[in-house]
Amino acid sequence: MRRPATKAKRARSRPPRRDPGRSRPDAPPPGLAPDLLVDLYVAMRRIRRVEETIAALYPEQEIRCPTHLSIGQEAGAAGVCLALRTSDTAVSTHRCHAHYLAKGGDVRAMFAELHGKTTGCCGGKGGSMHLTAPEVGMLGASAIVGGSVPLAVGTALAAKMAGTDEVAVAFFGDAAMEQGVTHESLALAALRRLPVLFICENNLYATNTPLRTRQAGSDLAERAAGHWLPGVSVDGSDVIAVYRAARAAVERARRGDGPTLIEVKTYRFREHVGPNYDIDLGYRTQAELDRWMAREPLGALARRLERAGVLPAARRTALDVQVEAEIADAVAFAKSSPFPEPAALHADLD
Amino acid sequence: MRQLKYREAIDEATRQAMAKDERVFVMGVGVDDPKGIFGTTRGAFEQFGGSRVFDTPLSEAALTGMGIGAAMRGFHPLLVHARNDFLLLTMDQIVNNAAKWRYMCGGKLKVPITIRAIIGRGWGQAAQHSQSLQAMFAHVPGLSVIMPASPADAKGLLMTALSSDSPVICLEHRWLYDKSGPVPEDPYYTPLGVGSVVRPGRDVTIVAVSHMVLEALQAAESLARDGIEAEVIDPRSLRPLDSALICRSTARTRRLVIADTGWRSYGVSAEIAARASEELWNVLKAPIRRVALPDVPTPASSALETAYYPGAREIVAAVKQCFEAAAAVGTDGIAPSDRKEFEGPF
Repeated sequence: MRRPATKAKRARSRPPRRDPGRSRPDAPPPGLAPDLLVDLYVAMRRIRRVEETIAALYPEQEIRCPTHLSIGQEAGAAGVCLALRTSDTAVSTHRCHAHYLAKGGDVRAMFAELHGKTTGCCGGKGGSMHLTAPEVGMLGASAIVGGSVPLAVGTALAAKMAGTDEVAVAFFGDAAMEQGVTHESLALAALRRLPVLFICENNLYATNTPLRTRQAGSDLAERAAGHWLPGVSVDGSDVIAVYRAARAAVERARRGDGPTLIEVKTYRFREHVGPNYDIDLGYRTQAELDRWMAREPLGALARRLERAGVLPAARRTALDVQVEAEIADAVAFAKSSPFPEPAALHADLD
Repeated sequence: MRQLKYREAIDEATRQAMAKDERVFVMGVGVDDPKGIFGTTRGAFEQFGGSRVFDTPLSEAALTGMGIGAAMRGFHPLLVHARNDFLLLTMDQIVNNAAKWRYMCGGKLKVPITIRAIIGRGWGQAAQHSQSLQAMFAHVPGLSVIMPASPADAKGLLMTALSSDSPVICLEHRWLYDKSGPVPEDPYYTPLGVGSVVRPGRDVTIVAVSHMVLEALQAAESLARDGIEAEVIDPRSLRPLDSALICRSTARTRRLVIADTGWRSYGVSAEIAARASEELWNVLKAPIRRVALPDVPTPASSALETAYYPGAREIVAAVKQCFEAAAAVGTDGIAPSDRKEFEGPF
C-alpha cells in the first residue's frame, strides 16, 4: 500500500535517525564511562560462565533442582541492572540466575543454593527458581509465569509512599504477556505513575511453544500503549542499547513520570530447562539458533570494546581469569557446605 | 462496658492500628466511597486521607501482588474485598506468593499483609457472592485465617493481624456486621490460635465458626431446656487452630459437634473432627457430628436458601444424635435459619 504523499515527504525530510551507540563502530560508545562498559562486559561474562558451569556440573546430579539457563540472554539482565542502584529493587521469574547475578547477588550463595545447601542464598529452601538477595535489592522470583510482575508494582508503591526515589524492576518473559495479572500490573503502575521498569525478555518461546502460535503480534512493546505507558523495544544482542533504554526509563521513573515497558528481543540458546541443546526436539531450527548465536551479546560487546580501545584483549583475559576464579571458589564453597538440618523444614514460616 | 457493632469494631481497629503504625495502609475497591465497605473503612479514610486509604481498579490479582510487594518493603497493607468470592481471582498471589515468599527465601523477607473479605449470605446472593472459603485458605501453610464472631474479637484479632509480620486472611460474615457487643476502647490484641469458651457446659462440646457461634448459642439455650448443658467454643482463628482447647473440652464432655459456615466435605469441620478423633478416640461416647453446608453451590431462591443453610435447629439435632435420640426427639421451638434480620440489597 502506498503511503500518502505528504507523509512520505515528511518522512524523507526528517534527518536520518542516528543511534549514537552505533554510528561509529570503532569509537567508544559516546556518553558512557569506560568503567561502565567494562562492568557490562564483566557482568555478562559472569552470567555466561556461571550458566555454562552449571550446565557442566549438572550431570553430576548434585544440582538437584530444575535450572533455566540464561545463556544468550545476558544483555537484558546486565543492561538493566547496571542502570540501577543497589537500593533499587528487582523481582524475577523461574529464569532468574542472570537477574540475581547482575543485581549483585553473591556467587557463592547462588551455587550453594543450587546445591541445596544451608549456606545458599535461601538456605536451601528456594533452589534455582527463587534466588533472593535483598541486601542488593534482589527480592526474589516466582516460578508462576507473570506471578512476580505485580510485586514490583508494590515495591514501587512502597518507595513512593516512603518518599524515596527508588525504582522497581519486574523481569518477565514473553509468555507473561499472556497473563492477565501482567496487564493488570501495567495498568495499575500507569494509573498511579509508579516508578517501575517492566522488562519483558522476549526469547520467542514459552517452553517449546513459539510466540507466533500464542500471540497475534510479535512486537510486545506495543502492548504498553493500551495501558497508557511508554513501550520501547530494544535489541537484546546489544547490551549498550539495553542499557541506554533502561537508563532512560530509570530517569523517567525517578522523576516521578511513571513506568516504562521495555521489550528486550533476545534468544535462549539451551533447552527451556536443563543444561542441553534441544534442536532435536524440532520446535525450532538449527539455522535459527545459528543466526542468534552469531549475534550473541557477550562476544559482540567484547569485539566492540576491543576495537574502540576500551577493553584490550589482554585486560579482558585478565578479567575472564578473575571470573573463573570467582566461580571455582563458589563451586568449591557450595560443595563443601553442609546440607540443612531437618529442623530447618519448619523454620521461616510464621 | 461500651457497646459497639461488629462493623464499628472493625473500623475502630483499623483506625487504631493506623494511628499506632504509619506503615499500615488500606486499599481495595470502594474503600473510600461513602459506604466504605459497610462502614468499615470510611472512618479510616476520613481520619487518614487518601494517601493511606485509597480506592483501586478491579484488578484483584495485581492489587494483591502490589500489597505483597509493599509488604516486602516494610509496609503493612490491609486489602479489603467486599466478598470472599473475589479472593478466588487472587489465589496465585495469596497461595504462591504471600504464603510462601518468606519460606522460599529462607526467611530473608517477610510479607505482613492482612486481607479482609466478607461472606455475603442471604438475599439471593447465590453461588458467587456468598461463599465461605476458609477451608481453602486454612489448608495453606504460611497463611493465618481468622474468623471473628463477636465485635470484641473483630477488633482484637484485626489489631493482632495488623501488627503481625506474616499474611493473615480475615473472613467476616455479613450477618455479624450489625450485632453489638462490649468492646474495650483502648487498643488490645487478641492472640491468634487461642479459642474462647463462649458458653461453659458439661454435656457436649459445640465448636462453632463465625456466624455459627450465634446459632450454637441459640441451640445451647434450647438444649438446656431439655437438660443438656452444651459448651460452646469459638476457635476464632482456624490457622493456627486451638486444638488443645477443643480437645480439653471434649475430653470432659465426651461428645463433639462442629458447626461451620463452609461446606461439609474437606472442610474445617472435617479437620477439627480428625484432630479430635486422633486425640480422643477412646474417650468419645458418640461419633463426632458435623453441621455444615451441603455439598452444592449456594442457590438464589429464598426457599432453597432455607434448605441450604443449617442453623440452631440442625445443631440441636446433631447434639441429640450424640445422645442417641435423634429419631425420637424433636427440635421444637426453634425457627429455621432464614430469619428476617438481614435484608437486601446486600
